[in-house]
Amino acid sequence: MSSSALEGANAVEVRGLSKVFNAGRQDAVEALLDTDLMIRPGEFVSLIGPSGCGKSTQLRLIANLTEPTTGTVLVNGKAARAARLDQDYGMAFQQAGLFEWRSVTKNVELPLELKGWDKARRRSRALEMLDLVKLSEFVDHFPWQLSGGMQQRVAIARALAAHPPLLLMDEPFGALDEMTREHMQTELLRICGETSTTVVFVTHSIPEAVFLSTRVVVMSPRPGRITEVVDVDLGPDRGVDTRETEAFFAKVTEVREALRGIQPADVEPDIEQVAEEL
Amino acid sequence: MTRVRRVWTFALALLLVAGLWELYKVAGPQDGGTVFGWTILPRANDTAMPHVWEMLSRYGQPENRASDTPILLVVLQGAWFTFRIALAGLALGTAIGLGLAVLMARYKVVERGLLPYLVLSQTVPLIALAPLVVSWGGRLHLGAFEWPRWLSAAVLGAFLAFFPVAVGTLRGLTSTPPASLELMDSYAASWRQTLFKLRFPAALPYMSPALKLAATASVVGVVVAEISTGLAGGIGRLIIEYAREATSDPAKVFTAVFGAAALGLVMFAIVTVVDLVGMRNRPREATE
Repeated sequence: MSSSALEGANAVEVRGLSKVFNAGRQDAVEALLDTDLMIRPGEFVSLIGPSGCGKSTQLRLIANLTEPTTGTVLVNGKAARAARLDQDYGMAFQQAGLFEWRSVTKNVELPLELKGWDKARRRSRALEMLDLVKLSEFVDHFPWQLSGGMQQRVAIARALAAHPPLLLMDEPFGALDEMTREHMQTELLRICGETSTTVVFVTHSIPEAVFLSTRVVVMSPRPGRITEVVDVDLGPDRGVDTRETEAFFAKVTEVREALRGIQPADVEPDIEQVAEEL
Repeated sequence: MTRVRRVWTFALALLLVAGLWELYKVAGPQDGGTVFGWTILPRANDTAMPHVWEMLSRYGQPENRASDTPILLVVLQGAWFTFRIALAGLALGTAIGLGLAVLMARYKVVERGLLPYLVLSQTVPLIALAPLVVSWGGRLHLGAFEWPRWLSAAVLGAFLAFFPVAVGTLRGLTSTPPASLELMDSYAASWRQTLFKLRFPAALPYMSPALKLAATASVVGVVVAEISTGLAGGIGRLIIEYAREATSDPAKVFTAVFGAAALGLVMFAIVTVVDLVGMRNRPREATE
């Protein structure tokens, strides 16, 4: 679709990206320092690291929800702001963030409504997306009638409703129990495979990052920066058995080694700064 | 189940108040109680506190010797007259309150500049304002439009009603979860889209108690306006007229007072129904 017009362009290009909160003040925090990251279309890239390493900040910069101090971000070859205005990406957060006054279908229709799609087209796309996330039986339910895992699936359907080429996810499964979480990971891989979506995924969990990703980007705090990039060549067909293979364990160990020695930041500037900015 | 219980509790509470009233009439001092020379306890005699059954039976008797329509009908007519003005006042007050809340939510400067004056406005005594509104209205000439007298009362009702709506809605509009606002940002939604698709629906739980306050405030405003502007036909005027006969016909004024109270309850009930309809799809905890 929109990516075909820009053949060869990276899905995401991050160059010399820095973000300083409270710049020039005593409590200035270098949330992200001089970061470079290229993500090709179809890749699944996880950002992992302790609190305060700038992984969420980097994701928010890619989403243009905050402006960089220095450096540039290109999404689909466009400036991040233009990409946001064109809705070139979908986003999912730790909290599903569904609107409780809207039915499940209406929630999925939201981005399409904002794009000015007509009612029939919106409805049919929403039903198609809910079928994709296997919630066809719950289209007329309200969010508060669903379990946490189901809510998060609605959020994914909503993020992908407009068929964006890029999906940005900020610890989307962080609030789910372990069993639901593993199930959701498998589902996410299937969905992204079927829709050939590029994903940037922020997580705290090493097995989650390894299971999902083609590349794991390891970050460290003070200042937030990329310390290592681990390629994960487990192939495209990953399922329940993948988690029990030697190759999987080897990669988990490799990421854990990369994270070893990284001290977590005392504060969590990500969360505090977000609250302050808003 | 809970509805039925609520009706029962309400009836029981009424009975309890009636019981306490009669108990005081039996036990209380006939000519009032004085403490350090100050009359504090009300007089329990039949002029100051008529029996409950006298007040109730008064509804069946004519308003005065000249007429033969029971006073119940007169009170109902007065209440209907006031009800329509109060409803107009509530509508006007809600519209103004919503408009101000949106402005204040949109521009922080407006909020900082305007909010203290809104608070101040509520300290102006309504009785002082009533003649002013009447005289401004009388001087207003918009083509063929003549300012009707009842409109002054509606404006005064709106004057009391707009405040809770403005404050409650502002609180609601500014309590939108930051994550939801970010989501709308990620969709590049305009401020207007965010207002109608997110901020307003999210503000509803804050707006319903505000609207309930506004509904009863509007009734108070209109009743006071009727009294202080001398507008005839409404329940406020009846209260003043009947109060003059307090010594000869003590139960009479209470018929009008209860009429005004019932009117407030009806207004409250209307807002409650609107609220239930608006919140029908919300989780149970939020609507309770």
